Amino acid sequence: MNFAIELILSLLLLLGGSLILIGSLGLIRLPDVYTRLHAPTKATTLGMGAILIASMLFTLFDQGSLSVQQLLITLFLFISAPLTGHLLAKTAMHQRLKQTDKTKNAELIETARDRKAPNQSTD
Amino acid sequence: MSFVRSWLPRPFLSLVLLIVWLLMNNAFSLGHILLGLILALGIPLLTEPLQTQQVTVKRPLKLIKYIIILKWDIVVANLAVAKLILGPTKALQPGFVAYPLNLTGDLPITLLASTISLTPGTLSAEVSKDREWLYIHALDLPDEQALIDAIKQRYETPLKEIFQC
Amino acid sequence: MLEITLNLVLVMISIALIMNIYSLVRGPSLPERILSLDTLYINSIGLILIYGIVQASSINFEAALLIAMLGFVSTAALCKYLLRGDIIE
Repeated sequence: MNFAIELILSLLLLLGGSLILIGSLGLIRLPDVYTRLHAPTKATTLGMGAILIASMLFTLFDQGSLSVQQLLITLFLFISAPLTGHLLAKTAMHQRLKQTDKTKNAELIETARDRKAPNQSTD
Repeated sequence: MSFVRSWLPRPFLSLVLLIVWLLMNNAFSLGHILLGLILALGIPLLTEPLQTQQVTVKRPLKLIKYIIILKWDIVVANLAVAKLILGPTKALQPGFVAYPLNLTGDLPITLLASTISLTPGTLSAEVSKDREWLYIHALDLPDEQALIDAIKQRYETPLKEIFQC
Repeated sequence: MLEITLNLVLVMISIALIMNIYSLVRGPSLPERILSLDTLYINSIGLILIYGIVQASSINFEAALLIAMLGFVSTAALCKYLLRGDIIE
């Protein structure tokens, strides 16, 4: 394997590793459950994408055969990440978890919980 | 025509199933193609009573363009969120937004909600029962109207064109 | 160079896993614990893939695929349970 390919692989792997680390850090650092939902659904998903591309390139150049299973894993993660986020946000609202005091329009949680249309006067 | 319709109710679903089967096995041999074909024809037939009528894609080319824009936005969004997480968390201004939907139909709304979840600092949380409002949580929300306009212009309008609804 | 990077990324993901376990234990609410568990399994997929590159074998990818699918289903089932008190209605 020549130097250029190793460089690209290393950069992709480092990007993926740091994004995964940042996603997990966000899970600890952010103040409430709604903001915490953002960290894993976004940072971690792209981090996994980078690692999967690196893994695919590695098999391509190391063994000379294109392995497409990683593509399927990437696809699956990208489909499932928003669904997980949506379900967890629903659950958090259902349990009436506390949001941080700074949250704008916090009264929308109640209307969203009952799946009603918001009051027009707030617009 | 009706013969094809009754034995191949969802050609697109069958194609996707076949491709996923081949990807999963990581092989392109005759045996796998045959087995995949049996599954791709059998599963839509068995699940046909469960399907509800969905709107279909009217502009496939626009859909491809939309996916490319989305891919780019996902990368940008993730880097932006990473920056927000690493920065001072006290300075964040999280908030909820009620987003008025123009789209109709379950599939376009689902696609829009997933798009919103994957892109800059926003997460779709709930849709109202009358399917006219989408509740969004934003990680950093300086201006609500700007966010609504950005989503409307960048994602909802193309989706409306793709599905013509 | 690739070997050093691989080791570094393995360390990074391991730290991320430890952080996830910390937030899993800390909670404080159930949805947050589910979220930590969800992140935990996604990160473990990353670990398996890096290990696959280290070993230069593709035998591990099927395990990663299985974790991706079953993990999503279990997260969805847990959320459903908290929402309705029942998984299959």
